Amino acid sequence: MSTLDTVPALRARRIRVSPSGTAGLAVVAFWLLVAVAGPAIAPFPPGHISDAGVLAPISRAFPMGTDYLGRDVLSRIVWGARYTVGVALLATAIASFTGTALGLCAAARGGWFDSVLSRILDAFISMPSKMFALVIVSAFGSAIPVLVVTLAVIYVPGCYRLSRSMAININAMDFIAVARARGERTFYIMRHEILPNMVLPVLTDFGLRFVFVVLLLSGLSFLGVGIQPPNADWGSLVRENIEGLREGAPAVIMPALMIASLTIGVNLLIDNLPQRRGATAEGH
Amino acid sequence: MADVVRVERLRVVARDERGGETPIVKDIGFAVARGEVVALIGESGSGKTTIALAIMGYARPGCRISGGRIRVGDTDVLSLPPSALASFRGRRVTYVPQSAAAAFNPSRRLLAQVVEGARIHGLMPRVEAERKAVELFRALALPDPETIGRRFPHQVSGGQLQRLIAAMALLSDPELVILDEPTTALDVTTQIEVLRAFKKVVRERGTTAIYVSHDLAVVAQMADRIVVLRNGEIQEQGMTGQVLDSPAHEYTHSLLRAADPERRARRADGRDASPEAPLLQVSGLTAGYGGIGRDGLPAVPVLRDVGFTIRRGSVLGVIGESGCGKSTLARVIAGLLPAALGVVSLNGASLTANVAGRTRDQLRRIQIVFQMADTALNPAQTVGAILARPLAFYHGMNGEAQRRRIAELLAMVRLPPRLADRYPSELSGGQKQRVNLARALAAEPDLILCDEVTSSLDTVVGAAVLELLDELRRELGVAYLFISHDVSTVRAICDQVLILYAGRIVEFGDRRSILRPPMHPYSDLLVSSVPELRLGWLDGIGQAHLAEAAHGAIGADDAELCSFRNRCAMRLEGICEAEPPPTRILGKGTRILCHRTEQELAWAQLGDPARAANRETVP
Repeated sequence: MSTLDTVPALRARRIRVSPSGTAGLAVVAFWLLVAVAGPAIAPFPPGHISDAGVLAPISRAFPMGTDYLGRDVLSRIVWGARYTVGVALLATAIASFTGTALGLCAAARGGWFDSVLSRILDAFISMPSKMFALVIVSAFGSAIPVLVVTLAVIYVPGCYRLSRSMAININAMDFIAVARARGERTFYIMRHEILPNMVLPVLTDFGLRFVFVVLLLSGLSFLGVGIQPPNADWGSLVRENIEGLREGAPAVIMPALMIASLTIGVNLLIDNLPQRRGATAEGH
Repeated sequence: MADVVRVERLRVVARDERGGETPIVKDIGFAVARGEVVALIGESGSGKTTIALAIMGYARPGCRISGGRIRVGDTDVLSLPPSALASFRGRRVTYVPQSAAAAFNPSRRLLAQVVEGARIHGLMPRVEAERKAVELFRALALPDPETIGRRFPHQVSGGQLQRLIAAMALLSDPELVILDEPTTALDVTTQIEVLRAFKKVVRERGTTAIYVSHDLAVVAQMADRIVVLRNGEIQEQGMTGQVLDSPAHEYTHSLLRAADPERRARRADGRDASPEAPLLQVSGLTAGYGGIGRDGLPAVPVLRDVGFTIRRGSVLGVIGESGCGKSTLARVIAGLLPAALGVVSLNGASLTANVAGRTRDQLRRIQIVFQMADTALNPAQTVGAILARPLAFYHGMNGEAQRRRIAELLAMVRLPPRLADRYPSELSGGQKQRVNLARALAAEPDLILCDEVTSSLDTVVGAAVLELLDELRRELGVAYLFISHDVSTVRAICDQVLILYAGRIVEFGDRRSILRPPMHPYSDLLVSSVPELRLGWLDGIGQAHLAEAAHGAIGADDAELCSFRNRCAMRLEGICEAEPPPTRILGKGTRILCHRTEQELAWAQLGDPARAANRETVP
């Protein structure tokens, strides 16, 4: 859309980020940074067992205490950020992108293409997600790329359902008929006419789905097919230290707080993305 | 007579984005006497519906009744607590909305919904309520009054739904009924019977009513008194006859002018249909939905054997009721719905049925503008982006040249250039329709398919858009296929007119000769169904005519027979059901499909129906 480039001053004026959106952005950016710079800033290697005892409280040397084997929790959280932020965000992004793309195609093409795709993905939803992940991981090993793809595949059908139903509603509108009568190709209609009207709901869905992926990932780690020890994602950290909960050990509370901060941060950011003044076809 | 309703210094404000309050109804005062029907008339935004709702003690979300007094009977409505308001509404004041289809629950039977209000208010036992409802169904001339209540909303027509909802409103014998544009969404032929039914019931029961409308001609039939509104202020109020004959206010004059087809038509006079070469030729067009059968016909035929020619720079009007196939015709020509049979050719070259097979130049030459300006503009794009696309797509125009052209296009449709930066949701209905038009013009087309482009607009705004279309035609030489259900609009701007009934062209001819007698019986029905701007028009409609109107439109069928035969008052028993109608060229120059001779049509339509009825069989 070339006019967008010709009037930059006018477009910029519209972008207005709310304070809570900025807070969300800061949190997400912080964790991304930690994930990238993890090895450089962690006080200890992930498997290093300290001499402070197990499930130790917060101290100067161990700002987040130690875990059930006496390892530094802060270090484990910093190392774990790679898995939680990296694996979960990447998997959610892939699931959301693929699901939305397929949903758009199905809505724009319609006919047998839509029917076949929808039935296949419906069949997929009927498979228990953990079982599916177990099968894939036992077949291909639990390397990080396999985990990412497995988690993404599990959440594609949900994203597909959502975006397809929205795209079908938008596809029935007159401005699509106008574009079609103008001679536009299906891809242009999908990309420029339909997609901009469903971005907000798709992003909201992204935020929710991200939380599910984090939970599933920690579930898989617990079953021994997720992140392999001595590394651990945040979910696994909570689980492996769960016996410390009775004593209120920071080893179990801290990783849980980190998960909360990340999911809240992601959702704050998404809910407060700069919106156009104009409403979308979905009535936002 | 004592006033039933008295409104004094009513003020309603709307909250705007910045939290300020803008008055939308400004110190309005009027009264309604017992048994009187008062019309509130004005364009959208005039505050007419807001006032009607305020009388029920209701303000829409974002609005607030900020001052004044409303008295209904002995009750001061605005001082009622919420619980008292709930029993006040639906019992003492009832409301008939514009869209009955949206007001009925699709999954419950009609009778249960009609008596629901009375049941909730505990006015009468169920059996009595149902008995009374059936009585009302009969009074409102609904077919099968005993059993119609057992149907579901989708099993009755739009006109019947509107009467059913009126029955719901009248069931509790309210002191006041508020009718909010109750016939606006209906076809003209359907509108007649609904208006007749309303009028009869109101007269028989001495109902006090407030009738909200934008249509002066309809109001002239229904109301005793008219209140003319604009921008939340009363411009004028008076007895119906006096407001129509000698309006005091300039604004009322302009409303009358916009509503008067003859005045509009006069402007179009003085030009002849251009003698130029045919631009678009359509022949033997048959189209519909569903799979194509072995006979080459679609499962659900919508258009049957349609053929016509549009000359360069001329305007062809297409009139018909909803469901007659007129929108389908535009879609078929645009290639959105491939035709099953028939040929569409542009400048002598035949076009493929599907849009995908057409060249970019052919696509450019035909543009389409839809009725619903809202859904025809992508809400996620600015006006500038919407106009930029056809410029880049057809003409490869970018950058500075494109920006200049966008400003030109906006100027062409009388919009300020700064609107390029706005989103559709920030525009009014009339502005949106102008942007739609500008987008079509951006392609520099030879032909614009206008599908009911003014139907969703107010009379005055619609008249301005029509004027614009006419100007563009003269300046740019663009031709239009102008689809409308509004006879007077078509008569005003078209060179040639075709009348479509159930997918067939029943009459086709020149603007000056069509729509005047002798004509096809369906054309006659259409013309005489258009409300006229004079008192007593509704009461003067003949019985044969009413029977035709009450029949309701039917869909296209497979038969080669006359599609209007089941509804026609001039049907020839044994002939119309047996043989396809012949094509006749009438003396005035139009082509019709009818068994009746020109002489018989003339007798029937010019006031000698007895002679027309004489013939029983073909001589």
